[in-house]
Amino acid sequence: MIKIENLKHYYTDADGNEVKALDGVTLEIKQGEFVAVIGANGSGKSTLARHLNCLLLPTSGRVEVGGKDTLDEKHMWYIRQQVGMVFQNPDNQIVAAIVEEDVAFGPENIGVAGPEIAPRVAKALAAVGMTDYARHAPHLLSGGQKQRVAIAGIMALEPKCIVLDEPTAMLDPQGRKEIVSTVRRLNKEKGITIVYITHYMTEALAADRVVVMEKGHIRFTGTPREVFSRVDELEQLGLEAPLAAKVASELRKSGVKLSENIITDEELAQALCQLH
Amino acid sequence: MSIALTNIYHTYSKGTPFERLALQDVSLEIAKGEIVAVIGHTGSGKSTLVQHLNGLLKPDKGQAAIDGVNINAKGTQAKAARQQVGMVFQYPEHQIFAETVFEDIAFGPRNKGFNEDEVAKQVREAMAFVGLDYDTFAQRSPFQLSGGQMRRVAIAGVVAMNPDYLVLDEPSAGLDPRSRNAVFREIMALHKSRGIAIVLVTHSMEEAVKYADRLLVINGGKVLFDGQPAAIFKEHGAELVQVGVDVPQVYKLAALLRQQGLELPEGIKDEAALIKAIKKAKGWK
Repeated sequence: MIKIENLKHYYTDADGNEVKALDGVTLEIKQGEFVAVIGANGSGKSTLARHLNCLLLPTSGRVEVGGKDTLDEKHMWYIRQQVGMVFQNPDNQIVAAIVEEDVAFGPENIGVAGPEIAPRVAKALAAVGMTDYARHAPHLLSGGQKQRVAIAGIMALEPKCIVLDEPTAMLDPQGRKEIVSTVRRLNKEKGITIVYITHYMTEALAADRVVVMEKGHIRFTGTPREVFSRVDELEQLGLEAPLAAKVASELRKSGVKLSENIITDEELAQALCQLH
Repeated sequence: MSIALTNIYHTYSKGTPFERLALQDVSLEIAKGEIVAVIGHTGSGKSTLVQHLNGLLKPDKGQAAIDGVNINAKGTQAKAARQQVGMVFQYPEHQIFAETVFEDIAFGPRNKGFNEDEVAKQVREAMAFVGLDYDTFAQRSPFQLSGGQMRRVAIAGVVAMNPDYLVLDEPSAGLDPRSRNAVFREIMALHKSRGIAIVLVTHSMEEAVKYADRLLVINGGKVLFDGQPAAIFKEHGAELVQVGVDVPQVYKLAALLRQQGLELPEGIKDEAALIKAIKKAKGWK
């Protein structure tokens, strides 16, 4: 679905210094995969995300979406329709005064035929569990609901992939749960490829694969289990493993024989029970 | 010294179809030197509440007073009272506007009527406080800084006003764990050295339990719970989840371990305490 080869993105900041935001990133994302991207502020996560639908173009290297090169201008609209983006602040992404009109904005814009729009909007709202709010005013919704409306706006374009750049940074715990479960459902039930950028490690646990970035490079990648059991390395990168993994790691250091695979509360509880 | 809200009511869009009662009959007092975390789901009224602490919003009914001075009154006394409360909004980097870091931080103290020598002194102190080197950064454009640095400039701008109370609305949103810890180190140092009261609006239960000595849970425009974070998380876990907030991860893990028969004491607040308790329960060294 997405192929990134030796991608570099350099720019010159206001002081005239060259900044290497991405410095040789190679990554392949398969159709239907759920990939979480983590890394400290300034590690290049958002720059990477913005290359996936031509918001940014490579300084060198290549990004291919569905076999099409993002550098080739004639593919731009195709790629943007295939890969939708959700950003941090839900208030900046909503354009209309009624939820269903907001969701219809995308398909109207790309010239979907009139009679086809209403069913698309209905389907998109159902996919994010917001059907009951079709006639509501977006600004009166909760943060989690607004973010789901933003996701519905993308679903109405029938994309293959959704890129979410810290979609829960501004949400309360309830809203965060709503977004994670919505994204998971779109991935499992509709086969949408997900690229999910987050500072919340517990959210990254839902992914098939976690990509860890540092200073414009991919530092390592693996299943959540492989990545989050590397507690000390994550800490060095300014990140944090889930609590259960940290506790297990500390106990191991003081000589307790616990498996290196423990990352969830349940696994830790079970392992501790069996030890005497 | 304290801020006191007495029977506050606040309604948005009064007289329109969108009329909404955001606060109803809220009374509370925040003393100088306290650290209070305010939690509640989006729309619960917590932002409306904290905007009453320095007169940004006026109550429809009730009174907000600092040391007995009604802050919504007219006159210099009320103005001076309002200026004792510094407010750092969400994404404070968006509040930056001046051409240099110095000018941005100097805006508040200048407005307060300090002379230029005093202003320079306040700016210098505030920058030292948030860990920005004066010689390196004072004359730079704030817009060339990283997000974390910009946030520090914005916090420095409020610190330079030398407030007695500091209200922070999600100061760590969008920061990675390391930067989050750095911002809180600064806030806690400020609390310690100047005895400033901190009012922290947050969606992170971890932050609430780690830093605050008092927790306000807001729901439906009312104060649902007001007390020690550890006690509230322990006694009202289920209700907290019901009203759209949560319990810190360390409480959940400790509760699960207790269910599995591990004898852990109540009130475990952080990872280190949890590890210690597990070792003790298991008889490990």
